[in-house]
Amino acid sequence: MDGPDLPVIPERPDAVDRPRIGVDEWVAQAEGRREAYRGVSGFIRRGWTETPSALKLAVFVGFAATVPFYLNQADLFSFGIFTLLYAVLALGLNIVVGYAGLLDLGYVAFYGFGAYLYSFLSSTHSERIGTHTYHYSFHWPAEASIPTVVVASALLGLVLGIPSRRLLGDYLAIVTLFFGQAFVVFVNVADPLGLTNGPNGLANVDPLNFFGYQLTTRKQYFYFLLLVFSLVVVGLHLLNQSRTGRAWRALREDPLAAEAMSIPVNRLKLMAFAFGAATAGLGGTIFAAVQTGAFPGNFDVSLLITIYAIVILGGMGSIGGVVLGALMINVPFELLDPASDRLGQARVLLYATIIAILVAKVRPWARLGALLGGVLAFGFAVHAIVAAASSSWTAGTVAEVRGTGQSAHGFAAAVEHWVLIPAGHGRFGEWAYVGLIVAVLVVTRLRGLWRTLTLVPTLYLVAIAWENILAEQPAVTRLILFGALLIALMNARPQGLLGTARVEII
Amino acid sequence: MGRTDLLTSFLPLHLLLFDIIDTVRALGWSGAIDLLRNGITLGSLYALIALGYSMVYGILKLLNFAHGDVYMVGSFIGYGVLTALGGPLSPKLALTPLILLIFLAAMLGSGTLGVVIERFAYRPLRNAPRIAPLISALGVSFFLQNSVLLLFGAQHRLWDPFDLGGNPARGVPGPLTSPVFTVKGVPVTVAQVLVVSTAVALMVALTVLVARTRIGKAMRATAYDREAAAMMGIDVDRVISSTFFIGSVLAGGAGVMFGLYIGDTYHFMGFLAGLKAFTAAVVGGIGSIPGAMLGGLVVGLAEAYATGYVGGKWSDLVVFSLLVVVLLVRPTGLLGARAIHKV
Repeated sequence: MDGPDLPVIPERPDAVDRPRIGVDEWVAQAEGRREAYRGVSGFIRRGWTETPSALKLAVFVGFAATVPFYLNQADLFSFGIFTLLYAVLALGLNIVVGYAGLLDLGYVAFYGFGAYLYSFLSSTHSERIGTHTYHYSFHWPAEASIPTVVVASALLGLVLGIPSRRLLGDYLAIVTLFFGQAFVVFVNVADPLGLTNGPNGLANVDPLNFFGYQLTTRKQYFYFLLLVFSLVVVGLHLLNQSRTGRAWRALREDPLAAEAMSIPVNRLKLMAFAFGAATAGLGGTIFAAVQTGAFPGNFDVSLLITIYAIVILGGMGSIGGVVLGALMINVPFELLDPASDRLGQARVLLYATIIAILVAKVRPWARLGALLGGVLAFGFAVHAIVAAASSSWTAGTVAEVRGTGQSAHGFAAAVEHWVLIPAGHGRFGEWAYVGLIVAVLVVTRLRGLWRTLTLVPTLYLVAIAWENILAEQPAVTRLILFGALLIALMNARPQGLLGTARVEII
Repeated sequence: MGRTDLLTSFLPLHLLLFDIIDTVRALGWSGAIDLLRNGITLGSLYALIALGYSMVYGILKLLNFAHGDVYMVGSFIGYGVLTALGGPLSPKLALTPLILLIFLAAMLGSGTLGVVIERFAYRPLRNAPRIAPLISALGVSFFLQNSVLLLFGAQHRLWDPFDLGGNPARGVPGPLTSPVFTVKGVPVTVAQVLVVSTAVALMVALTVLVARTRIGKAMRATAYDREAAAMMGIDVDRVISSTFFIGSVLAGGAGVMFGLYIGDTYHFMGFLAGLKAFTAAVVGGIGSIPGAMLGGLVVGLAEAYATGYVGGKWSDLVVFSLLVVVLLVRPTGLLGARAIHKV
């Protein structure tokens, strides 16, 4: 890519709103490249594209290998192991959605299938149904069970793919969504022959056990997962560069043209399904071994949305993007875990993210400064006026110290002096949330100065909604954030952070 | 281990078949009619939701995953009006104006929601790759569901259709559950008649709207060829907005009907209902209005009979297999036109 030598393409007069349809793909990418070479972000992006893939992987693995030395056991579990696990899962989904362009909404079922099959092959359970007691006891070593699970998942992918291969994108989405739902019903309610132990799930699963060597500590699991992750990344990179990978991309861009070029469309779709399912099954195996069990509640729609958010945030079709997405989704996800008691860190992350987005998006610098200063001043002014009118409206405390009898300190205490938190906040937070949604919708419709002016109260509303209602229900909040992220990214940057822009050619 | 033991342990499906035949015999004719009645009621609900899917798909070729959640929000608005007017046990209005008001509020509310969703989540993506609006729709669905969970909590809201309009203090049940007529000893209640007749009335109104009015003509033109319609001076954006409005109004109405019939509103109700309604739209032939109605009936009957004869836990799987079979045998649905691939 010889960026500086690109010919200058004249700007079209209707450049702002013109549909990106019918634009020649080379032109579109040239525009993308020109954008990428500007400013700080351009510098980073150039560095990213010019670094060889092997070096990137080596740097990431080298960095990840040091992680167990400064995270404690619980943090290593939630941040280290799950980030890698989500990354592996998202890599598998990336094959189906990113490379082949098939919207597979039953992906979690393959993950669940892997987890259940591994648990079934490495545990003892018995269940009484009617008059018959079913008793199963398998304790396969991992070197036998992992290949079995991976192959079986791939076969299941084929089984789902065969009826679906003729379907257009949307029908495929609904059939796979139903399949994901049917899987949960199957293991949870149907439970034929006592295979899945119904709602209780399969517990007391053996740890991974290779040729007599057992993985027991979380550190061992982390390194094992890092190894698996590296293998999957290398495999997918090679696959993507191969003839098959090119054929997948052709299929994604235009199935009809691909077929006309004698690409075997059906077989490629099936292959994408099988590869994706095999990766998911592998992820499920490790998941079941790490949490020593598989339970029907682990495989619901929210996991599907989480993995989609990872793939889309990072950029569909980009391996590096998927890893970045896994980090950026899993860290807030775990910070917002109600059991982990990390709301203070989640708050810092929230405000830092908002400021980072503003810094990246708002130009010129004077406007950015005015905006940030305006939000601060607006908050203090509102706080002072309301406090003067009625002190109970500002007497509340932030969520993580509420009800504990302690008082907030540091950043949280500063926030208490800036954000309105009524004492018995009742329905105030709910109204603030509704108001926030309306304000965000209004902001997206405005342009120029009006947008900046409306952003000031909107950003303050974000803080109010966060402190009054969102921080109280972190488990729901994280799902709302992922849903909103999908909508916002599709509108603002459909290619994600590291993906390449695509243009529909008609 | 004898031969029968082997059969019982390895062939539960074989047993299941006998179970089904036994159940069919035990329930008899009145049982079959009972299930038919339930299926028709459920089916007209699904048909109403399916119409919204089908109309939007016909015009935009977009699978609107958020449609089921619009139905859920409609149900919540209806319940909100009911509680604001005194709740199901002591409503301040007489039953008929109360129900009319609930329908009106829920339909207008969800209609507006549908227009807002289209404006902010789908319209900017109209020229994006096909997968973008689908993912956006997924995001909207998830966002709506969890926003309702955040604002109203996870508890089920009970409409109490048994007592609605009656006098619970004296133990007098409301009129909704009293039978209008009986078929072979099977009572058909006011709520069921209300659901089916309202659904039929709405569908007739929709058919007239699409076939006879100016906006209906514009809709058909837009569905046929959006660009050509725009060149003929049709305001395509306005047509699409109205399509979303009408589809969402029907979904909101279905949400209220579900409340009056089953009496249960909760944040996750839109997911499965949406899936089944979409199945109905596909079974009937997506993009076709009579197809959506027929598909709704088929899915509703399949679910009712599966629940009655096979057991409730299998009903979702039966509906799913129905979808797969129809897609395999007739990918364009029962009444769908054969799709022509334009190159």
